[in-house]
Amino acid sequence: MPFIQDGSMFQKPPERSDAILVEVEGRSVLVPRGASAAAAALIAGLPSTRTSPATGEARAPYCMMGVCFECLLIIDDESSQQGCMITVRPGMRIRRQEGAREL
Amino acid sequence: MSAGQHVGGYDVIVVGGGIVGASIAFGLAERGKRVVVLDEGDRACRAARANFGLVWLQSKGDGMPAYMRWTRRSADLWPAFAQRLQTFTGVDTEFRQDGGLAYCLGEDDFESRRAKVAKLRAQADVYGTEMMERSTLEQLMPGVRFGEAVTGASFCARDGYCNPLTLLKALHAALQLAGAHYRPDAPAKTIEHRGNRFIVETPEDTVEAERIVVAAGHGTSALAGQLGLAAPIRAERGQILVTERFRPFLRLPGSGVRQTADGTILIGSSKENTGFDDRTTVGVGGRMATRAIRILPELANARLNRTWGGIRILTPDNHPVYAESTHFPGAFIAICHSGVTLAAAHATDFAAAIADGQLGEFLDAFHPRRFDVPKAA
Amino acid sequence: MSDSFDLVVIGGGPAGLAAAVQACEFGLSVALVDEQPEPGGQIYRVVERAEAEGRARGLGDDYRRGLDLVNAFRACGATHFASHQVWQVESDGRVFTSDGTTSRQIDGKRVLVAVGAMERPVPVRGWTLPGVMTVGAAQILHKSIDLLPEPEVWIAGSGPLLLHFAAEVVEAGARIAGILDTTRSSISRAFMAHGTGALRGWRYLAKGLGYLRKIRMANIRRVTGVEAVEAKGDSQIDRVRWRVGSHWEEAPAKGLLLHEGIIPNTHMTMSLGCAHVWDAHQQCFRPLTDAYGATDVGMIAVAGDCGGIGGARVAECRGRLAALGIAAALGCITDEERDHRSEPVRREFDTHDAIRNFLDALYAPAPELLAPPDDVVVCRCEGVTAGRIREAVALGCRGPNQVKSFTRCGMGPCQGRMCGPAVTGTIAAALDTLPGTVGSFRVRPPLKPLRLGELAALGDGESAE
Repeated sequence: MPFIQDGSMFQKPPERSDAILVEVEGRSVLVPRGASAAAAALIAGLPSTRTSPATGEARAPYCMMGVCFECLLIIDDESSQQGCMITVRPGMRIRRQEGAREL
Repeated sequence: MSAGQHVGGYDVIVVGGGIVGASIAFGLAERGKRVVVLDEGDRACRAARANFGLVWLQSKGDGMPAYMRWTRRSADLWPAFAQRLQTFTGVDTEFRQDGGLAYCLGEDDFESRRAKVAKLRAQADVYGTEMMERSTLEQLMPGVRFGEAVTGASFCARDGYCNPLTLLKALHAALQLAGAHYRPDAPAKTIEHRGNRFIVETPEDTVEAERIVVAAGHGTSALAGQLGLAAPIRAERGQILVTERFRPFLRLPGSGVRQTADGTILIGSSKENTGFDDRTTVGVGGRMATRAIRILPELANARLNRTWGGIRILTPDNHPVYAESTHFPGAFIAICHSGVTLAAAHATDFAAAIADGQLGEFLDAFHPRRFDVPKAA
Repeated sequence: MSDSFDLVVIGGGPAGLAAAVQACEFGLSVALVDEQPEPGGQIYRVVERAEAEGRARGLGDDYRRGLDLVNAFRACGATHFASHQVWQVESDGRVFTSDGTTSRQIDGKRVLVAVGAMERPVPVRGWTLPGVMTVGAAQILHKSIDLLPEPEVWIAGSGPLLLHFAAEVVEAGARIAGILDTTRSSISRAFMAHGTGALRGWRYLAKGLGYLRKIRMANIRRVTGVEAVEAKGDSQIDRVRWRVGSHWEEAPAKGLLLHEGIIPNTHMTMSLGCAHVWDAHQQCFRPLTDAYGATDVGMIAVAGDCGGIGGARVAECRGRLAALGIAAALGCITDEERDHRSEPVRREFDTHDAIRNFLDALYAPAPELLAPPDDVVVCRCEGVTAGRIREAVALGCRGPNQVKSFTRCGMGPCQGRMCGPAVTGTIAAALDTLPGTVGSFRVRPPLKPLRLGELAALGDGESAE
């Protein structure tokens, strides 16, 4: 299973037996236990995690500590979740949020 | 008398740079008057920054047919007013006038609304509000999934909305482009009358003009007193919830829930007596959230990004007060809590009356002497 | 329906942990509410797990101090609300939190805000591009899951954390492309102004020199005197540009990590209406407090970096002082006992705080970070540039709140956390006045986006206001 796509700004993390399998944009990715959903998106090599509803620009996590709100993701079908504040669980489905959400 | 300089050369001083003051100032400047607007600073009370943005007829004017006609007049003027502001300043007030709804929850609510609508129509048939059963409502707003408790709504085709923040910005740009001067951080401390001139003292200087309009929201009472006018105003807090942005799905504004042009959902409304405490609270927020979810159950998953609190400017009967001082002719007051709806009329008819130097018979109905009349038993 | 405690501590970093431990020693009932799943805050992030995984030693001795603190907290008897985000605090001591699904109310006779610091936002051209992050973000990823940057990642900015992280990367056997150091002052100039303090804090200085040595020995390029940094790319960063004097240079980049110091996270104290002052040394707003961290709002006290940047050891001291102040206020100890016990804490505080003025002078942020050029985005959430802010000032706006209403700056999900400093700074520069005069955004709850359903459920059952 691929950890990192080409172009990710982070290196492949050390392999551990307690790694967790999640889905990022439909693709299975192994991530370290304790990783946040935003980290999982970075590890999977997503070029961006959302497009801004205000400007349409591609955005990705900036602060990783809950201040910038750029890591808003759709997690297990629930929109607008701060990916950096949510720890991955086995089978978690992580998707990009494009623009404004649907009700 | 302040030690600063003395500034003259104006025809009219407008005290107050909110939506009411700015509308009047723009209208006066457009009519060739030399105007200065004296406004407070960044942290002022500013009802202009804390309102729902409705251009609304259907609930207004119970007990005062003149106010109903005034509201209707402003709604008729709004489309041209919005167009004028956009052309002149480039700022889009996001005005839409496709109709508005006041949702009814339950049968009793529907019936009592029907009675209110009938009562207003009997006073003055100028709104055209109709009752809509749920099935008609669903046809009017296809794709919207209403909650079970929604029995229908009252619908007025002339109701609409705008973006109150861009409205204020457009008015500020417009009045300055039209030649009026705008002075922030310049609250009026005292008003004196000497000869045929009014002299206003600000922290920095004194400003004088032949006429003065006090449209300073809650600050109006104290200043009106200096002009021999009684302007009884009470404060009432209203809270608003604002969600994250959504793709457009709610085409028409409702009186307690509407979607803005940016996609955010505004949820109101509430009334509390808290003096000038404009903080927002969990209790009221929770009640408003509950009601909104009863109307549109899917809103339960919407994320609340921020809340607003504002202090409404209410006269004893909740209707506007306009008056010219008899002791000091040329001094006027303008008080209302529907500054957005009345912005068009303020920038046209009302400004024209001030420019003419007299309010006229129609606006005389809004004089505060009406509060002195003892009510019939 | 709510839980009640003598003291509710908000924040699980060194200040909050030390306060909780001290307050429990006095027999107070204590709740600690933390948005992270594990205690330690940012500086000691996941220290327990790092220890269990055998990684703690590699993260330095300071980190181990965090372990001692967390262990003391675990043993002290406080109730720990982990993974709870506080979205509203009332001045009468009611705290509203969400665990992501359900909201609850936690009442305290006293509330201690210990929410720490945030990275100073770095508004430069291209900073909103994917691939641009903070050094702090990269450090979090390293501490929590051992992630390291790729060799084509650049670091840019100024401050102790910059060198610390670069050295950390080298220590872990990885590399970065280079460091673009924007530090304007010189060590000698800062030393002349604050030499005594610098000498008292010699341990910190020695650490800094140690980081520099590691970086040099790993042959990592360090460019000094950098006056401008830009991220370039279409939908993500692919190169970085920088200027020294009038000379521009460019290099390919897979990522850019920015850092220009840290500033207090004042969102919560501002929402409470606490008085704040503009700190000219640290170029940021911080709440006004007395010697024990009490604010001018009845039940609310402050400890740690959110009250002014001091670092982890200073934060611990402030936490203990706050607990002493609260214990005295609640009648557990007399004022005399409080003052007596605070003496050794103050001495420790002075030792660790001695270096602060020197660091603040050395690493003062460039004026362009607080008043960027017209085309630079200031409000990331709403895409508002510095130029639009200046237009609003030209229209008559005199402060951030009027600017907010005219431009939408500060209305997005982050509610002004990222744009606040530059909005104030840009207005102040445009009006040729001080940031303290201009003021800051009016901050409203919710402090974190809250599902309407949670508010509805809580509001219905809420106790009387």
